[in-house]
Amino acid sequence: MELLKVEGLKKSFGRTDVLMGIDFSLQKGEVLAIIGSSGSGKTTLLRCLNFLETPNEGKITVSGHAVYDSTDKKRKSAKEKRENQLKFGLVFQSFNLFPQYTVHKNITLAATLALKNTAKKEKMTGAQKAAALAEIEAKADRLLAQVGLSEKKESYPCQLSGGQCQRVAIARALALDPEILCFDEPTSALDPELTGEVLRAIKSLKGGDRTMVIVTHEMEFARNVADKVIFMADGVIEEVGTPEELFGAPKSPKLRAFLQKDKDI
Amino acid sequence: MFSSLSEWFSKELPAIGERFVNAFLPESAEEFMTIAESLWSGFTTTLELFALTLLFALPLGLIISFGSMSKFKPLKYLMKIIVWIVRGTPLMLQIFIVFFIPGIVFNNPIFKQDRFLAALITFVLNYACYFSEIYRGGIESISVGQYEAGQVLGMTKAQTFFHVVLLQVIKRILAPISNEVITLVKDTSLVRVISVIEIIKVAERFSSQGLLWPLFFTSVYYLVFNGILTLLFGYIEKKLSYFRS
Ligand SMILES: Nc1ncnc2c1ncn2[C@@H]1O[C@H](COP(=O)(O)OP(=O)(O)OP(=O)(O)O)[C@@H](O)[C@H]1O
Ligand SMILES: [Mg+2]
Repeated sequence: MELLKVEGLKKSFGRTDVLMGIDFSLQKGEVLAIIGSSGSGKTTLLRCLNFLETPNEGKITVSGHAVYDSTDKKRKSAKEKRENQLKFGLVFQSFNLFPQYTVHKNITLAATLALKNTAKKEKMTGAQKAAALAEIEAKADRLLAQVGLSEKKESYPCQLSGGQCQRVAIARALALDPEILCFDEPTSALDPELTGEVLRAIKSLKGGDRTMVIVTHEMEFARNVADKVIFMADGVIEEVGTPEELFGAPKSPKLRAFLQKDKDI
Repeated sequence: MFSSLSEWFSKELPAIGERFVNAFLPESAEEFMTIAESLWSGFTTTLELFALTLLFALPLGLIISFGSMSKFKPLKYLMKIIVWIVRGTPLMLQIFIVFFIPGIVFNNPIFKQDRFLAALITFVLNYACYFSEIYRGGIESISVGQYEAGQVLGMTKAQTFFHVVLLQVIKRILAPISNEVITLVKDTSLVRVISVIEIIKVAERFSSQGLLWPLFFTSVYYLVFNGILTLLFGYIEKKLSYFRS
């Protein structure tokens, strides 16, 4: 069974139709790259997956469980909403780190706040709570090591380079163990010499059963890291296939033109 | 009046000098101490009004700012109208109105016994409206990315506001808030229009007895107090300078 299934997803803002029926599915452990020219609706698609936008029509299913279904008008409880939200993680183009917290606290904040709530609800003992807290902190340390920023643990975001900020943002998203981790052009806010470190960090996450959806303008990267590539144009999926198929033998004229433009730069 | 300039110099000038000395210099250390003390007792009213106004107006302003940013249109416009009226009319007029309404409209002049309460209510409402606009500006200046980051990390709206946004808002609004706070110290002198005895009212009594220095000396109280506030705000600003947002 697919981990993620998107069916007939439509989204418009006022009178502009941005997504006009998106269908795709993803297996557990797969890496999907989404490419396409500016304004084709890539960000909107990711935002719909992460509940930052509400689609007008369609269905989103994770492991057979509908997290969004436009035909189902039943209101979801706050708990269910949160559970659905946490199935997805999102790394923003502009990082959106919390400036007043250290790198380490940025990673632990959400989990710590959630712990406070469950501790109250389930009447955890002080020792249980302390153990859970220690686990959250230890995990943050492991994630920081993974993105190569252990020595920046106590720094504040304003003391970091853009590339370092984005690696912290990746660790922050990973801290909540999302089933599907999404990236929206994770390197386009960075100086060219900093994109490499971030792309390497993302590449190192591949493997095992980590499922990722990456919107990117880095064609080389998409080709190397993705199992599956979607080319979007004007709110629809114009072409989908393996990197070899899309980059090696593009069928659609729009994709050919898009790839040609990328080569010309 | 004077036949010559030399006569003016020899007669009037010394008299002016004497009146000047009498008006501007305390006669004795005792006189200075007693007057400084009654000025201080007037200043405690000022301080009390100042502290209580901040205590209530700072949180009330937050509530009003939430109201004026509400998606529920009637509430939003109600708040905007209140803020428009309060900011669009003189504080002195508002003090009079609040003071006289219970007596004239409800035939129950409750504020006759407690004039200070009338002043306090007016100040709280007035300052809450000014604060609410500062808060609104601060809250709206925080990028939506901060809220969205909170949401995708599974935080509730309240958690995102109190743990992510609030401190950034405080950092941004510190300068305009400190301006308002210092204005508040000076605005407290308006309460004398409904005969609440504050420091300037006390000093004025002495000047009607021919003493000018108490009037000047009140400025020392204001200057010292505002100096302390300025240092305090500078300290908070420094404390929050460890991050940029
Ligand atoms: N909140 C919004 N309100 C109105 N229109 C919007 C909104 N968000 C996006 N759009 C429009 O939707 C279209 C698709 O935008 P989107 O950001 O999804 O494109 P994109 O593929 O991510 O482009 P880019 O490569 O430049 O990031 C654009 O025409 C944009 O103007
Ligand atoms: Mg985009």
